[in-house]
Amino acid sequence: MTTEAFPTLYPTTPDELAEAVRSAPRVLAVGAGTKPRLSQVGSDVVRIATTKLSGIIEYEPSEFTFTALAGTTVREIAATLAKRGQYLPFDPMLLQAGATIGGTVAAGMSGPGRWRFGGLRDFILGVRFVDGTGRLVRMGGKVVKNAAGFDIPKFFVGGLGRFGAMAEITFKVFPKPAASITFQVATKDPAAKARVIQAVANTRWELDAVEAPVSEAVVFLRLGGPAASLEALSNEIMTQFPGHVIPEENAVEVWRRVGEFAWSQPLPTLGKVALTPARVVEFTGWVQSQAGARGWIGAAGNVGFIARRDGDFAASPWPGIVLRGEGPLWLGPRSDPAISRAVKAALDPDQRFPTLDA
Amino acid sequence: MTRSVPLSPVIQRLVALLPAGRVLTGQAHVAAYECDGLTAFQAKPLAVVVPETQEEVIAVVRFCAAEKLPFVARGSGTSLSGGSLPVATGIVITLNRLNRILTLDIHQRFAVVEPGVVNLAVTTAAQPYGLHYAPDPSSQSVCTIGGNVAFNAGGAHCLKYGMTSNHVLGLKAVLATGEVVEFGSASREQIGPDWTGLFVGNEGLFGIALEITLQLLPRAEVFHTVLAGYGTLEQAGDAVTAVVASGLLPGAIEIMDALALEAATAAVHADYPPGCEAVLIVELEGPREVVAADRERLDAILAASNPIEVRPARDAKERLAIWKGRKSAFSAVGRLSPDFIVQDGVVPRRRLGEALRKINAWSREMGVRCANVFHAGDGNLHPLILYDGREEGALQRAEELAGRILKMCVEMGGSITGEHGVGVEKREYLPVMFNAVEVDVLHRLHEAFDPFRIANPGKMFPVAAAPALSHSGLHPLEKAGVISRE
Repeated sequence: MTTEAFPTLYPTTPDELAEAVRSAPRVLAVGAGTKPRLSQVGSDVVRIATTKLSGIIEYEPSEFTFTALAGTTVREIAATLAKRGQYLPFDPMLLQAGATIGGTVAAGMSGPGRWRFGGLRDFILGVRFVDGTGRLVRMGGKVVKNAAGFDIPKFFVGGLGRFGAMAEITFKVFPKPAASITFQVATKDPAAKARVIQAVANTRWELDAVEAPVSEAVVFLRLGGPAASLEALSNEIMTQFPGHVIPEENAVEVWRRVGEFAWSQPLPTLGKVALTPARVVEFTGWVQSQAGARGWIGAAGNVGFIARRDGDFAASPWPGIVLRGEGPLWLGPRSDPAISRAVKAALDPDQRFPTLDA
Repeated sequence: MTRSVPLSPVIQRLVALLPAGRVLTGQAHVAAYECDGLTAFQAKPLAVVVPETQEEVIAVVRFCAAEKLPFVARGSGTSLSGGSLPVATGIVITLNRLNRILTLDIHQRFAVVEPGVVNLAVTTAAQPYGLHYAPDPSSQSVCTIGGNVAFNAGGAHCLKYGMTSNHVLGLKAVLATGEVVEFGSASREQIGPDWTGLFVGNEGLFGIALEITLQLLPRAEVFHTVLAGYGTLEQAGDAVTAVVASGLLPGAIEIMDALALEAATAAVHADYPPGCEAVLIVELEGPREVVAADRERLDAILAASNPIEVRPARDAKERLAIWKGRKSAFSAVGRLSPDFIVQDGVVPRRRLGEALRKINAWSREMGVRCANVFHAGDGNLHPLILYDGREEGALQRAEELAGRILKMCVEMGGSITGEHGVGVEKREYLPVMFNAVEVDVLHRLHEAFDPFRIANPGKMFPVAAAPALSHSGLHPLEKAGVISRE
């Protein structure tokens, strides 16, 4: 942990957040700290905790939209939506760990359900944030469809709070499927696993999630829909792929393993890479070449997670980021186009927020 | 060649930079690029460049950056917001010859395409493998992916599937500074800030996309498309509310009003239940078991919504007929009026009825006819304001109604544009939606990408001097029935 030279600030309103940003030459907004590597920055940086900047400020179930303050926990949001039969289909991660919606956006953490309808970037509609000059601005919109202005809300996904401090975020939501079934498909080796992942992703079933641990001979699938349709679909899936339906009480545990990174415990370091389905076998080899490492293949081979004892990662062929523990912030190839510095200068001319380099 | 004016020195240097035949300066050639789908605005560019390779596009943009020469990138010119309106002091770079699908990866479900590839061509290429490219603007048979990316094009299936930006995984672009960048990849995961997301919808102000990686989706196994006729527009709106409240997630929910129905009937002989003031179209899609279950619920909801008649499409042919009527509606309205303005403001869905009442009241009060066809599922209005440009003051009245509608959208908490972009058409309304500080932030971002303001100038941001208005009726392609305004 970095030693903190300054006391953490706790704004409770967007205006107080703006004031907090203006109060010091170097600041960074942090949420619940569930991805601590992302906010591990220099000791001259004053931390602005969003934990008291919390609450759902608008929710219109009939519009499929809500707006929440950045420090609202994903758990609170999910519970509120569930009461009206709605959800964020991308399964925001680290819900039980207390992740905030702002931290989830800044870290770009989309969970297993992203496979069906898309990730965070596909559901974020608007953001109100404090720019590097301390001004509160609203970008995007509060309706499900909007094409006015540059899409800064999307740019904030994965932006690590380096371009602005988020005060409020507006999302699109969907009605939650009435029922869902989790399957476990057996695979005999990594190549077979990769084949299953690609095969199930290209079927008529429209699966919600396709996930697999690197070191177990299994692929987990989730299918959502009206209860009346699931039995027939489930029978068909099981005739084509060897495996079984996981009873509901155990299925909860499967998705907790994925969404809370329970599979990575007790390894302290956790990284994420952008993968493509054709390179799942290669990813498996990369994880297994590192002593004591564990891995997870998410979103039908589009994201890979790796957990290690330390931050001494083998060179990654894929761009990635370290979320927790030691090690560099970025993994793998990283380009640094001139436009990146120009945009940073536009939104944060005095570098009040840290750069993407730290 | 009809040109008699000698070429300016800068155009002479541009001609020298490229292989022969790439730079068109003849009046007849240039005239074809004077306007796009927003025909009320026209401007004659200095020249039209027709590059054939990415390298040529990069060379031209770098030339423009060095010379501070404004450029307007153009695909098929179907923009409804004047997004590819030329500037008289600059050139048009037309990208139709960069029309190759570079990669079609059916296993990983993505395609890499050049900007001049036509939207529908992606689905056509993917279809044999059971895949499709989801965004389906009404002009999809001619509009290009490059234009779709620049303006974040929508379509009839946005509530469930999102807009263009939700289907672009990565891209290579030449920025207005001449810098060539690569954002994103073929992975659905993005590491670091979402540059791809920021680029999509930039309205041509950041630069030109050279290669675009698109996600492909499996085509739904079955569709269930229902057309329901109502005695009033309000009943149709109430039916939408009921469908949405039920927890169903239809692929499309569309409404057409009486004037739009009249036009579609005249144009493509669409057949609607007699006595209808409004028609609702709802489409379910997915695995057959899911659609079968959802269909029962939809049928019950529609039966309880006081329809005059409910007509489910019994086969693919009937489904296509329903969509043909819907997608032709706007070009069909062209038969009712020599000129029209179409907008795409968004209101919260629950306020659709209120918005339509206001539009109709203003329409009567001002004596300006207005047809409505809209994406009801996402509150995306498409008021089609009819006028005759030869009539003194008619365009001004039409524009006044258009302005009132845009302000209403913002006041109701919506947006001035759902899918056409701000362009030239709505640039004076950007400050209605965003305050001065917010417009300043957009300006700063713009300047980071284009310090010389040479890329597609005059779009998105309000300017003191607007180009001269003219009235010229339907776009030539529209008259031919190839494109339509949605």
